[in-house]
Amino acid sequence: MDFLDYAFMQRALLAAVLVGITAPAIGIYLVQRRQALLGDGIGHVAMTGVGLGFLLNASPVWMATGVAVVGAVLMELIRWYGKTRGDIALAMLFYGGMAGGVLFTNLAPTGSNANLTSYLFGSITTVSESDVTTICVLAALVVLVTVGLRRQLFAVSQDEEFARVTGLPVRALNLLTAVTAAVTVTVAMRVVGLLLVSALMVVPVAAAQQLSRSFAATFAIAVAIGVSVTIGGTVTSYYQNVPPSATIVLLTIGAFIALTALATPLARRRARAAAATQTAGDPAECVIPASREGAGKAGV
Amino acid sequence: MGDPVIDDGDPVISLRGVRAELGARPVLRGIDLTVNRGEVVALLGANGSGKSTAIRTVIGQVLVSAGEIELFGVPRRRFTDWRRVGYVPQRTTAAGGVPATITEIVASGRLSRARFGVLRKADHEAVRRAIGLVGLADRAKDSVNALSGGQHQRVLIARALACEPELLIMDEPMAGVDLASQEVLARTLREQVAAGTTVLLVLHELGPLEPLIDRAVVLRDGCVTHDGPPPQAVGQHALPGHDHVHPHAAHDAEPIRTGLLS
Repeated sequence: MDFLDYAFMQRALLAAVLVGITAPAIGIYLVQRRQALLGDGIGHVAMTGVGLGFLLNASPVWMATGVAVVGAVLMELIRWYGKTRGDIALAMLFYGGMAGGVLFTNLAPTGSNANLTSYLFGSITTVSESDVTTICVLAALVVLVTVGLRRQLFAVSQDEEFARVTGLPVRALNLLTAVTAAVTVTVAMRVVGLLLVSALMVVPVAAAQQLSRSFAATFAIAVAIGVSVTIGGTVTSYYQNVPPSATIVLLTIGAFIALTALATPLARRRARAAAATQTAGDPAECVIPASREGAGKAGV
Repeated sequence: MGDPVIDDGDPVISLRGVRAELGARPVLRGIDLTVNRGEVVALLGANGSGKSTAIRTVIGQVLVSAGEIELFGVPRRRFTDWRRVGYVPQRTTAAGGVPATITEIVASGRLSRARFGVLRKADHEAVRRAIGLVGLADRAKDSVNALSGGQHQRVLIARALACEPELLIMDEPMAGVDLASQEVLARTLREQVAAGTTVLLVLHELGPLEPLIDRAVVLRDGCVTHDGPPPQAVGQHALPGHDHVHPHAAHDAEPIRTGLLS
């Protein structure tokens, strides 16, 4: 555990844990609404913010947050009003955002594509004191929204039309989801980078789904996976000379594959239990120990 | 309990001269529809006649271009008392992109009565009761992904009942429902109606719900062509027991096929 002696590693691990919590926490709602790639789109748009930060000599993190939020709101608006060719409008937004990032970075007196790279693929070991403060504030915001409003966000993400009839402010909640996703993207930018951030939003949720039957359990397992892989990836990169962001993403995919392999026999047992239930008319109590066992392994 | 009280002076839903377009296509061309307290009204009609759109204007999902809509005597735009309304959208599944249990989904129907999304003990009780009403109490903690089509529909109805509504609006609740679930649904509805709940439902055919229906409103090409007792099985397109081999089916299927190929 000698890596904990270094201040840069302490900062890196703190940032990693916060990203491990926030990315799956908002990602689960995106997956639930079947907009799994929204985070990827926002990441592309945020590149323009990073470029503007270089150009205007402002903080790239805050500029990226601002531009990502605007981009996320635009995407929501396109989803409301864009009727037929919404996908084309989104594509233009994504690639326009990416091109803008490259253009602005190169226009900046000190900028080059090399500077941009640390935002594209993350640069966790260069996270500064002020970065950590920013990440902590933004992460607190994301947790507040995703946990505090979980029932409302669940209802809107599950069935928007029904949510409207329960009197929920559907549009406001949709905007809040998009903005929270944008904030999460910039939180994760320094850790895994804009191009890989979506992986941490989606893959832990997909992995957790292999084991869980409830939304609450999926949420908990996804966050556990997120924290495990971000810490695991950061520590691995300390001992082995590998890039942390790529290690984190590959570990996440590894977790997905491992859990899928684990879940197949589990699903078979559940199917058998369900079949037994339907013939016997008895509750499927017998599958509960199996799911607990699975959840336990996921947390490791 | 007892017979539903029909009071003509107290409409729960009132549509007057409602017009609506989907894109450029006019779907509703000035329809009038009144549902009084305690009534069970079925909206019938062929595919594309506008019956689902009519229901969706009532809940505000489809905007109207002309006409007035009132819910409990309040203009729809200013209506906020959604706890009085239970809604069953037209769905073949209750599942989303993430696994969820029956309880979790039905609980979202209780949000209209929960302050700031906080469910109290009484709310959890109501959710449990709603699940019991549709006969899924023993599966409350199961994922909806493990359910059959008819059971999905029962979950959606439990979700609508969780807020203990005075008005139930249902869009094709019997679509794709197996016989066992149809019986459960008919029984659930019968209990609700006996307790005084007002019901407006879209149906493709009257089926097992026929004895419950007080009045049928038949739509055709966005206009009301019949408003009165449920029609008997003769003639028109929308009638009960009619097997759907009219030209509409082939006409509707055509663009879908070319859409997939091109």
